[in-house]
Amino acid sequence: MKKITWLIPTVYIVFLMLPIYWLVNMSFKTTNEILGSFTLWPNNFTVENYVTIFTDPTWFMGYVNSLTYVTINTVISLLVALPAAYAFSRYRFLGDKHLFFWLLTNRMAPPAVFALPFFQLYSAIGLFDTHIAVALSHCLFNIPLAVWILEGFMSGVPKELDETAYIDGYSFPQFFFKIFIPAIAAGIGVAAFFCFMFSWVELLLAKTLTAVDAKPIAATMTRTVSTAGYELGLLSAAGTLTIVPGAFVIYFVRNYIAKGFALGRV
Amino acid sequence: MINKTINQKAWFMVLPVLALVAFNAIIPLMTVVNYSVQETFGDNLFFWEGIKWFEEVMRSERFHDALGRQLLFTLLILLIEVPLGVGIALTMPRQGIGVTICLVLMALPLLIPWNVVGAMWNIFALPDIGLLGKMLNGVGFDYNFTQNTFWAWATVVAMDVWHWTSLVVLLCYAGLRSIPDAYYQASKIDGASSWQVFRYIQLPKMKRVLTIALLLRLMDSFMIYTEPFVLTGGGPGNSTTFLSIDLVKVALGQFDLGPAAAMSIIYFLVVLLLCWVLYTLMMRNETN
Repeated sequence: MKKITWLIPTVYIVFLMLPIYWLVNMSFKTTNEILGSFTLWPNNFTVENYVTIFTDPTWFMGYVNSLTYVTINTVISLLVALPAAYAFSRYRFLGDKHLFFWLLTNRMAPPAVFALPFFQLYSAIGLFDTHIAVALSHCLFNIPLAVWILEGFMSGVPKELDETAYIDGYSFPQFFFKIFIPAIAAGIGVAAFFCFMFSWVELLLAKTLTAVDAKPIAATMTRTVSTAGYELGLLSAAGTLTIVPGAFVIYFVRNYIAKGFALGRV
Repeated sequence: MINKTINQKAWFMVLPVLALVAFNAIIPLMTVVNYSVQETFGDNLFFWEGIKWFEEVMRSERFHDALGRQLLFTLLILLIEVPLGVGIALTMPRQGIGVTICLVLMALPLLIPWNVVGAMWNIFALPDIGLLGKMLNGVGFDYNFTQNTFWAWATVVAMDVWHWTSLVVLLCYAGLRSIPDAYYQASKIDGASSWQVFRYIQLPKMKRVLTIALLLRLMDSFMIYTEPFVLTGGGPGNSTTFLSIDLVKVALGQFDLGPAAAMSIIYFLVVLLLCWVLYTLMMRNETN
C-alpha cells in the first residue's frame, strides 16, 4: 500500500516533465538541429538562444514588463479580495448570494470579441500601453478567483475562532491580522499563486492593451515567427525562461499551501 | 455550516471588489451587446438589426457542431482531470522535502504561456522529430495527430490534462491540508477504514475547493483557444474546432462583428447556465 501511494505522484510528475524536458532540450539546440533530426539531447550544445534573450532589451524587457503588471495585479487582487471574502463567509447582506455568483460570471465571457472594447476603454482613460492598465484589466478574472478561493478557506474556519478572540479582548484588526490570516494561510498561498499564474499566462488582453512600453513576454515571443518559419530554438529558450519566475513564487508559498490547519492561537 | 449574522455594513467590505470588477465588466459587455444587434460597414456606421444575428447563429449548423465538440471536450477533460487531481492530492506526501518537490514540479505546466504550451506540444508530438510522436510510433501505433482525427483529439485532451490537472491537485491538496488533525485522530479512534475517512471526512471538507476546481475547469475549458489552435489549427478538417476557435474565425477572419458578438453572448449564456446548474447542485447537497 505504501509503495502505491508513492507511485502515483511520481508517475504523474514524470508525465509532466516529459514535454518540459523536450522544451528545455530544444532550447539548447539550434533551430536546424531541432527540425533536421531526432536527438534525445543536444548534439551541438549551444547557449546562443539564451544569449540572444539576455543581451537584447526588446527580449528581456518583456519579462520585466510581465513581472511588473503581474505583481501589481496580484497585490491589488489579494488586498481587495481578503475583506470581501471575509464578508461573504461571515455575514449575510442584501444581494450577497447574487453578487457572489455574479463575480464568477466575469470569468465566463469568451475573450476574443471583448478585446476591442477593452482597447477602447483603456485608451479613453489614457492608460493604453501602461503596466497599470494590464494589471487593472486582469482584475476582471483574478479578483473573482481570489474571492472564491479565499471564501472557501474562510468558511472552513469555525466561527468560534472569531468569537473566542473577541472574548479575549482582541479588536477586529488585531484578530484579522494576528489570528485569522495565519489560520487561512493555505488559502492565501493558493490564491496568490493562482492570481500570479493567470495574470502571467494571459495573453489576449495584455497584448491588446500594450504596444511597446509594457509589452509582455508572451507577446514578444510571437516575433520568433518570421517568413522563414519558427525560430524554434529561441522560442524554446524564451518559453523555458517563462517558467522560472512562477517556480520561485510557488517555492515561496509552498509552506503556506502545505501548512496544516491549527485551531487556536498562533 | 457557519451561522451567518445579518449585517448590511458588510457591503463596505465588498465595495472595492465590486468597483474594480464592474469597471472592467460593464462597459465591454455592453459594447458587445451593442454590436450583437447591429450591422457595421466600418467607419463607425452602425445599423439596427434586432435579433437577426442571434437567429442566424442559433440556426447555423456550424455553431451546433462547434458546440457539440466543445461539450464533448469539456466532459472528457472533467472526467479525467477531477478524479485524477483528487487522487494525486490524496497520495501526495504531507511533510518533508517531498512536499516542496511535488508542489514546485507540479506547478510548472500552469506557468507556461498558452501559446508556448501549444507550440511545445506541437513539436513534442510530431511523428518525426518529437519525443511523443517518435515513442508512440516506436511501439507500433500509427500516430499522426495532424491527419488522424482520433489522434488529434487524444493529443488535445492529453495536452489539457497535462496543463491543467495540477490546478485541481493544488486546490485539493491545500483543502486537504486545512482539515484539522483532530478529525483524523477521531476517525482513528473509531477505527475508520481509509475509504471511510475519505468519504466522510476528506470529501465533505474538500467540497468547497472541489466546487471551485470543477467550475474553473468547466469555464476555462470553454475558453480554450490558443493551445488547440497552435497545436492542430482546429484540424484535421474542423474536428478540433472548438467554440472559441470558431468564434475567432468569425470575428477576426471574416471580420463579422455582429454575428461574432451574438455568438459570444450565446456562448456566454451557455457557460453561465452550465456553471449555475453545477453550482446549485453542489451547494444543494451541502445543506442536506
